[in-house]
Amino acid sequence: MIADAHLNDVGSGSRIIEFKGVTKVYGKGYATVEALRGVDLSIDEGEFVAIMGPSGSGKSTCMNILGCLDMPTAGTYMFRDVDVGGLTRNQRALLRRHYQGFIFQGYNLLSRTSALENVELPLLYRGAGAHERRDRAMEALETVGLKGWESHTPGELSGGQQQRVAIARAIVTGPAVLLADEPTGNLDTARSREIMDVLTDLNREGGITIVMITHEPDMAVYAKRQVHFRDGLVESDALNGGAR
Amino acid sequence: MLWNTVLLALREIRRNVMRSFLTILGIVIGVGAVITMVTIGGGATLQVQQQISSMGSNLLMVSPGKRLGPGQSSGNVAFKEADAEAIIREISSIAAVAPVSSQSIQAIFGNQNWTTQVTGSDNQYFHVTNRTVGTGRQFSESELRAGAAVCIIGDTVRKKLFGGQDVLGEKIRLQKLSCEVIGLLEGKGQSSMGMDQDDVVVVPLRTLQRRITGNQDVGLIQVSVQQGASTDKAQQDIAKLMRERRHLAPSDDDNFHVMDMKEISKMLTGTTELLTALLSAVAAVSLLVGGIGIMNIMLVSVTERTREIGVRLAIGAMEREVLMQFLVEAVVLSSLGGLIGIVLALVSSVWLAGVLRVPFVFNGPIVFVSFLFSAAVGMIFGYFPALKAARLDPIEALRHE
Ligand SMILES: Nc1ncnc2c1ncn2[C@@H]1O[C@H](COP(=O)(O)OP(=O)(O)O)[C@@H](O)[C@H]1O
Ligand SMILES: [Mg+2]
Repeated sequence: MIADAHLNDVGSGSRIIEFKGVTKVYGKGYATVEALRGVDLSIDEGEFVAIMGPSGSGKSTCMNILGCLDMPTAGTYMFRDVDVGGLTRNQRALLRRHYQGFIFQGYNLLSRTSALENVELPLLYRGAGAHERRDRAMEALETVGLKGWESHTPGELSGGQQQRVAIARAIVTGPAVLLADEPTGNLDTARSREIMDVLTDLNREGGITIVMITHEPDMAVYAKRQVHFRDGLVESDALNGGAR
Repeated sequence: MLWNTVLLALREIRRNVMRSFLTILGIVIGVGAVITMVTIGGGATLQVQQQISSMGSNLLMVSPGKRLGPGQSSGNVAFKEADAEAIIREISSIAAVAPVSSQSIQAIFGNQNWTTQVTGSDNQYFHVTNRTVGTGRQFSESELRAGAAVCIIGDTVRKKLFGGQDVLGEKIRLQKLSCEVIGLLEGKGQSSMGMDQDDVVVVPLRTLQRRITGNQDVGLIQVSVQQGASTDKAQQDIAKLMRERRHLAPSDDDNFHVMDMKEISKMLTGTTELLTALLSAVAAVSLLVGGIGIMNIMLVSVTERTREIGVRLAIGAMEREVLMQFLVEAVVLSSLGGLIGIVLALVSSVWLAGVLRVPFVFNGPIVFVSFLFSAAVGMIFGYFPALKAARLDPIEALRHE
């Protein structure tokens, strides 16, 4: 596969994500919206970054581009040594499959499907055998503290548990980076803190790079670094001095 | 991966059993109908062929008018008994000739009655049609000459009129004629398309002519060609003789028709084959309708599962993998319909064959082709919905509803 050969050059330097002058314009003619207006942003391996900012400031747009689900209108996006702008739709799918994990605000689990099967899903696309899928999915569920819940369907789980299944699904393939768009947006504070603890552990012990959107300062403090967006631009970018 | 996709598809189908069933109902009915039609049609054709071969391949039928069957002109000149006598006398390759006239008449015995085919002929009739009188006897010379009130009955008539009772010597009534049963035909045990060969009463030709039809006409001359002699030659000889006897000028067309078994067989099987083809075509259309049903439900399914598709694309599914998933689902669904249709068809074919009294002949190729066809229907009608799923924008899909 050409795509795979190409992606073998992704490497594992210390810089994992680099945005240079990334802009994103939606629509055409008079109805255009400039969601991103020249964003420069670099993230190193092993960082835990919280992206904050008011509604409509371009956080989700930025996340979609990070996750190769969308392409910048202008500017370059380097994922490790790969220029994402030069990839085809299929190559971007493969990049997501092998290097990125996604967590959504609304969990997005498959309904009427057991937790185990939900977590196995990404492995299915990696061609893993039934045994390997099962073992790795069980391991991932254990990591997020859901041992014993594997046969429950999303409908039988609480919101916090569902989000932990979603995290297990995102990490089961051992991705380089975890992308989370408001992962605690639907949860109460106690449940949110549990999720943040899981993410912090993954970042500290697993060494996984995490980029997380949140509008809650309480959650942002779990990250090592906070990037604030305003009107499609990075307004501030600072390390959390000794937070937590 | 493909096997996993099939398992995934089966799980998806199980999740919505009722809807899946309704979706494939069109395919089930289509496949079921096609196979049933072809199987029953094949059985009927085989039966006709068997019957014809049981009559012997050396049989010729001479009938008035240009052709036997529909389109017969009304101004036919009927044969007389003398025509039959001339054939056996003039043509050396002929083994036996039987002049035959028939009429449908109600036969009555006691308080039982049964409408049957009353055939007037002579003892040659049994020879030519390959039948034997099982119990009792054939007609005597004097009975034939005098047109005596005697008859030989088929097994169906015996059952309907007499039940288990002894029949020889009893008298049955045919219109005003009361005639004595002197023999019982050996059963043929076959019937074709409601034509029961044991449903017959044979009387001397003269008896029928004088007491029932009231004329000297012979409806049909059945001819048996000698073993080893050419039926084609005999056919030509008979035609030549008949033209002479009927004083036809060289420019005139034949006003009679000599048919051999090939032609009779073609005529009889031709009808069943045409019918089978027509019914199968109707059934095939229902398969197409079934395909549209599958497309419809697959489109609904793609819309319903937009978020799921978004998730799959986000976690790294490629376009063709999503396409495959939905295509496989459609094909599994329609193949399942095909399988159910096949089972249904076999059950209903066996049952129908019993009811219609035709042999059940398992037709492997049509079962196989129907199955392939049902899978192909899923493939064709599932492609568009699957493509729609694969082309979804993951961001839009994740944001759906
Ligand atoms: N698909 C789209 N089409 C048009 N405009 C869009 C689209 N997605 C986002 N936008 C616009 O881009 C801007 C940034 O949106 P978004 O990135 O979702 O902000 P945030 O996530 O920070 O709330 C908003 O003004 C929004 O209306
Ligand atoms: Mg947003």
